[in-house]
Amino acid sequence: MKRYSGISVLREALRGNAGWTRAWRDPDPKPHYDVIVVGSGHGLATAYYLAKEHGIRNVAVLEKGWLGGGNIGRNTTIIRSNYMIDGNTRFYELSLKLWEGLSHDLNFNAMVSHRGIINLAHNQAQVNALVRRGNIMRLNGIDAEIIDREEVRRRAPVLDFSSEARFPIVGGLWQGRAGTVRHDAVAWGFARAASALGVDIVQNCEVVGFLKDDAGRIVGVETTRGPIRAGKVALAVAGHSGHLAAKAGLTLPIETHILQAFVSEPLKPLLDCVVTYGAGHFYISQTDKGGMLFGGDLDGFNSYGQRGALSVAEDVATMGKALMPSLSRVRIVRQWAGVMDMSMDGSPIICKGPLDGLYLNCGWCYGGFKATPASGYTFAWTIARDEPHEVSARFTLDRFRRGEAIDEKGAGPTPGLH
Amino acid sequence: MTARSHRLPEGGRIDRSRTLSFLFDGQSYLGHPGDTLASALLANGVRVVGRSFKLHRPRGVFAYGVNEPNALVTLGTGVDGEANVRATMIELRQGLVAHSQNRWPSLAFDVMGVNDWFKSAFAAGFYYKTFMGPAKKSWMTYEPWIRRAAGLGRSGTGSDSRRYGRRNITTDVLVVGGGPAGLAAACAAGRMGVRVLLVEQQPELGGSLLEDREGSAAASFVDMMEQELAGLDTVRVLKRTTVFGAYDHGVFGLVERPSPEAAPAAGERFIVVRSRAAVVATGALERHVPFGDNDRPGIMLASAARTYLNRYGVLCGRRVVVFTTNDHAYPAALDLAAAGATVSIIDPRPGPGPAMKAAVERAGVGLLSGHVVAEARGRAGVQSVLVAGYDAARGGTQPVWFELPADLVCVSGGYDPQVHLTSQLGGKAVWSDAAASFCSARQVGDAWASGAVTGVMSTTEVIADGLAQGRAAAIAAGGRGDPGGLRVSADLAASESPAAMMPLWDVPPPPSFRRRRKRFIDLQNDVSQSDVALAAREGYVSVEHMKRYTTLGMGTDQGKVANVVGLANLAAVTERAIADVGTTTYRPPYTPISVGALAGLETGQHSTPLRRTSLDLLHEAAGAVFVDAGHWRRPWYYPLKGETIDEAYRREALAVRTTVGMVDVSTLGKIDVQGPDTATFLDRIYVNAMSTLKVGRVRYGVMLRDDGLVLDDGTVARLGDAHFLVTTTTAEAGKVMSHLEGLLATVWPDLKVHVASVTDQWAAIAVAGPRALALLQDAAGARAAWLSDLPHMGLADGVIDGLPVRAHRVSFSGERAYELFVPSGYAAALWRRLAGSGGRHGLTLYGTEAMATLRIEKGHVAGNEIDGRMTLGDLGLAGLAKPGRHFIGSALMRREALMAPERPALVGLVPIDRGQRVRQGAILQPAGGPHEGHGLGHVSSTTFSPILGHYIALGFVAGGSARMGGQVDACSPVHGETVRCEVVSPKFYDPTGARLHA
Amino acid sequence: MRIHCPHCGTRDHTEFSYGGDATVTRPPLEDGDIDRWHAAVFLRPNPKGIHREYWHHALGCRSWLIVERDTLTHRISATRLAGSDEGAGS
Repeated sequence: MKRYSGISVLREALRGNAGWTRAWRDPDPKPHYDVIVVGSGHGLATAYYLAKEHGIRNVAVLEKGWLGGGNIGRNTTIIRSNYMIDGNTRFYELSLKLWEGLSHDLNFNAMVSHRGIINLAHNQAQVNALVRRGNIMRLNGIDAEIIDREEVRRRAPVLDFSSEARFPIVGGLWQGRAGTVRHDAVAWGFARAASALGVDIVQNCEVVGFLKDDAGRIVGVETTRGPIRAGKVALAVAGHSGHLAAKAGLTLPIETHILQAFVSEPLKPLLDCVVTYGAGHFYISQTDKGGMLFGGDLDGFNSYGQRGALSVAEDVATMGKALMPSLSRVRIVRQWAGVMDMSMDGSPIICKGPLDGLYLNCGWCYGGFKATPASGYTFAWTIARDEPHEVSARFTLDRFRRGEAIDEKGAGPTPGLH
Repeated sequence: MTARSHRLPEGGRIDRSRTLSFLFDGQSYLGHPGDTLASALLANGVRVVGRSFKLHRPRGVFAYGVNEPNALVTLGTGVDGEANVRATMIELRQGLVAHSQNRWPSLAFDVMGVNDWFKSAFAAGFYYKTFMGPAKKSWMTYEPWIRRAAGLGRSGTGSDSRRYGRRNITTDVLVVGGGPAGLAAACAAGRMGVRVLLVEQQPELGGSLLEDREGSAAASFVDMMEQELAGLDTVRVLKRTTVFGAYDHGVFGLVERPSPEAAPAAGERFIVVRSRAAVVATGALERHVPFGDNDRPGIMLASAARTYLNRYGVLCGRRVVVFTTNDHAYPAALDLAAAGATVSIIDPRPGPGPAMKAAVERAGVGLLSGHVVAEARGRAGVQSVLVAGYDAARGGTQPVWFELPADLVCVSGGYDPQVHLTSQLGGKAVWSDAAASFCSARQVGDAWASGAVTGVMSTTEVIADGLAQGRAAAIAAGGRGDPGGLRVSADLAASESPAAMMPLWDVPPPPSFRRRRKRFIDLQNDVSQSDVALAAREGYVSVEHMKRYTTLGMGTDQGKVANVVGLANLAAVTERAIADVGTTTYRPPYTPISVGALAGLETGQHSTPLRRTSLDLLHEAAGAVFVDAGHWRRPWYYPLKGETIDEAYRREALAVRTTVGMVDVSTLGKIDVQGPDTATFLDRIYVNAMSTLKVGRVRYGVMLRDDGLVLDDGTVARLGDAHFLVTTTTAEAGKVMSHLEGLLATVWPDLKVHVASVTDQWAAIAVAGPRALALLQDAAGARAAWLSDLPHMGLADGVIDGLPVRAHRVSFSGERAYELFVPSGYAAALWRRLAGSGGRHGLTLYGTEAMATLRIEKGHVAGNEIDGRMTLGDLGLAGLAKPGRHFIGSALMRREALMAPERPALVGLVPIDRGQRVRQGAILQPAGGPHEGHGLGHVSSTTFSPILGHYIALGFVAGGSARMGGQVDACSPVHGETVRCEVVSPKFYDPTGARLHA
Repeated sequence: MRIHCPHCGTRDHTEFSYGGDATVTRPPLEDGDIDRWHAAVFLRPNPKGIHREYWHHALGCRSWLIVERDTLTHRISATRLAGSDEGAGS
């Protein structure tokens, strides 16, 4: 693997960029692997950490389409660790810590931008709710500040501080280490680094069934490129978890919903941090390229269609303009939708089983991107050691049966509300 | 007109009788109504109109419509600036002010132009390989610089004063595109008696036919069709309107731009169309051919040069080279020659069709077949091109070349069908070798593609196809009869008999060229053939990878010029067929749409509905400060002159404890439940039995969700044997109503029960305090016995001063209290009457803040406590659920972790140092520490208790009442505070409830 | 999307609120079996394809409908009132 650096870029430029080689290998699948990871989002991170942290290199990542084509390439690129409920807090902080060193770790500039996030509050009750969250963060060693209206204005002067605002901004929760990451680069960076460690990344290889032995243990997968056997099979397929698990005979506490996102034409810098506007189910940031990147609520019904309804675009635009009046004259250039694995409490599942030989990683709702490194790190741990990592230990599948929901919103078992 | 004017003395569809002046980069120019900003700039000889995204190379107008990649300008100035507007889509108006973008200090001299010197280093994806060091977070140092260099225009930060409209149109057949296919389709469907909506994004109907000369057969056809459609009362036409998205079940999103005559304050109009069927006649747009430095100003699409000439009377150059791979660009050459230009055609093919060849000869236009343009020269504007022989068999450029002077280069690499809408609907675009392009599926559901979008290019065939697909759509929408035909002039047909086009995706430099010039594919994003090759070399061979890695097709034009050329180059370098490479996915919007247009009229205060109770005006008059509670606004407190919120709520709360207070509780959810099975139903949805409730009595009740956690609490009043009134909290009113309806409809359809929300029909006023009864008696006058006799948790109907009132004697404050329900229309009268009697009883109006104080003093739970994660036990309400009863949630509330004794449960907290304040949201930690992690629980509600004289709090602490008498630390690091508290009963005040009867 | 309400005709889906999977079998309240309730409340087949689901015409007649819809294409193949066979068809 050719090392990336400013010097290598200049050196290659002088040679007409002829010396660059494949970022990751493109092998045909072998008949057997120690571990098969299905899905090239969190799956890439999982494979990378399996190889790097646990020395398990006879690993394949199977992707039904193109690498990184799932939610890892269809999100709003936000990273943060401002979670309140025990089980989430330290997990997302591990993720943020891994993000901090990721570009160096992978030797791939994922543009990890710690530009900060503001969760807005519009009345005292909302401030109080954010105080609780901020306190939990601080007591868990995570940076958090409650900021007042003037501080919000200083950080995001384009928001509506006029008397016209339907929901006046009274303050917010600030996490300075939060920010954004160039999403595609995460997939490519993990792929390149994993491939260099020996992981086979197999694109256009869809899993259509599972191979079981007489004892019912999962011993491989049936794919569009033939059967592939493995010591362990790990699923990390987000919105497709339900129907894939069904092929193994499992029913999961998950519904698949779609979440739309929008990006505008590129503009000179307008907004320097990430802002979430709870009152309007809206969040926004600006990409390094200059596009305003924003989204809103789920479309609200089970769907695998990667497109989304016009009505949601309308709602998102309405709330976007309400928060940031000047957004009115900004034009949306692209809209897309991710297929979300909405769990019954809004929190993920990372576990071994329930079938022997199978490992599950799902239920990310729309928070999966920020979790990518920690999800991969802890899932790799679970796969390698057959026991949960300490920070993901609460992400069990049977927590619903036992009454241990990790319900950040308190919305209960209605996936579309999380 | 200046001496450099490129405007011809006559011709075009502009209104020469009027002259408009406008500013571009501070310089004043003149144009005419009917001009676009682009045509007016070209008429004035302005060649450089912008700078490219990455390399900051000077760029000129390249197209004439929505596909323009280069001529992006900022309209208006400063805080009102609207960035990235395509000059080709701006209709000129008097006084228009536009600026070029992405340059500093000026368009002519742009410091960032140095990027062009380092273009090899700025290859595709270079930023993924560098800007990483030296430290972990070094990107934070680079990022601000990169952000400043990136972006195109500067968007104004002021609010947008334009008024945007919103409209809904229901129709039978939507016809998208007013070119030959769309005109014919609209005509056919309209004749079959169905309602037709014909939508055209340009200000005029005609589509590609408008590229032709005035008086041509094409122009006559457009005139004829306009008349024809005007005669059909079934057909409506929307111009200046873009169908940007096609959605499920016949829903389409449109944006209509205001005409230049509209008031400046007029914004766009968002239109939602619901249609039974659709004809997608979106046509095809010309694509280009990459060659060395093919981005120089003065190089444009052949269709653009022809349009500027014929439609706007602008001759963009006098020494013209037309570089084309197909016959469709020949008319451009002929028209330009006829207008006086010296024209040479460079065509890599053996030659055009025989008719075209003859026409070229007749017109004295030079034709060099078997050749290509290999490079353009002239940095600020093309001055010449280098022409070389082309070996079609080998696909390479010959070493021999010569230079040809040119101030205008017209390029045509064929046409790309605009397959966006049918693709959005799920119809996969299919590669056609004949058309050398991806063509639309013929039919997707109730949408029929017609004309050039399907790859048909001959005008007569397109018209015939329009008629056929218009008929098909009309039949699907219920149309009848025969649409008949259309008179198509022989001249229109005569101009057709083309030779096959040659797919040509890249012109590599002749081997003899010394320097390698960039061969741009995506002009806006500076993506060249070498970038695509680099991406492929690095393994980004999926079309989506190539797009994302190189940013090809990700500009404001979304690759309308570049995409197919990019795919073809990717196919070539990876040695695949173009069909196998495939396209990226087409998503709305077809062209960029403003947030303002989508938001429509719902802006500012109107972005979300505001609910006001029927007493809202009285609260305002009383000087209330309001607070949002969901969509409602409620009085938060009623400050006396100069009073702070703290002073106000303490005064209000104390008044309730000592005399009497009055609060508007109309926002409570109210659900009327009736029917013979009502008691059975309520027994199932509440944890406590309601069938045992006697008529005329009220009971507190709690509902669980299916998962056994608390959903909501409220009161249940039995008005009759089979008639109950249920109240819910303000926040959960809608959810509870749907919950009840859902259960009755889906789980227990056999139960004879009806539920109706009566929240808006009934206002509710709570009167609380030791003098509450006295006040009511006073207001009710002689007929007050029904109130005096009302027991605690009783209800009665009566009259107060002529107003019909139902009183529930229930209390949230712990004082003697009456909730008075009154039809909303009488609420203000009742409130005034009570307020009128109140003075002598010390009546004080109170808001939600004092209400919270009073309920916290009593340990009553509210939304802060019932947060969707609590069990009955957590809330201290386990006793409500009698063993053996079955209700919603009774099974799952017994899950093991929900029964665990160490769960945090409701307690009261008081600071050991009574002078200290406990913060809501503080985390409860062991007294003395360690203070870390999630601790023992949290503080859910706090208030200063004026009656007790210190702060009190409700919270949840592990083990709950088992910790009573112990101490915990309430830590609020975000405030830098830790307050030692004693764990006490949550019933801080009057724990025996004696005051309810005071 | 557009949904056909047997009472109100074909209306935008925004008039309706989603009520989730309609194939779930709820145990009777008297059934205290936690496993059966767990399955009914938490587990979802979540098909990629035809899905029978509830929609509540919240901004219309407030009926609850059972809609058969493809979760991939969104095509609706049948709509009827919940708790009855009325209004069957699309």
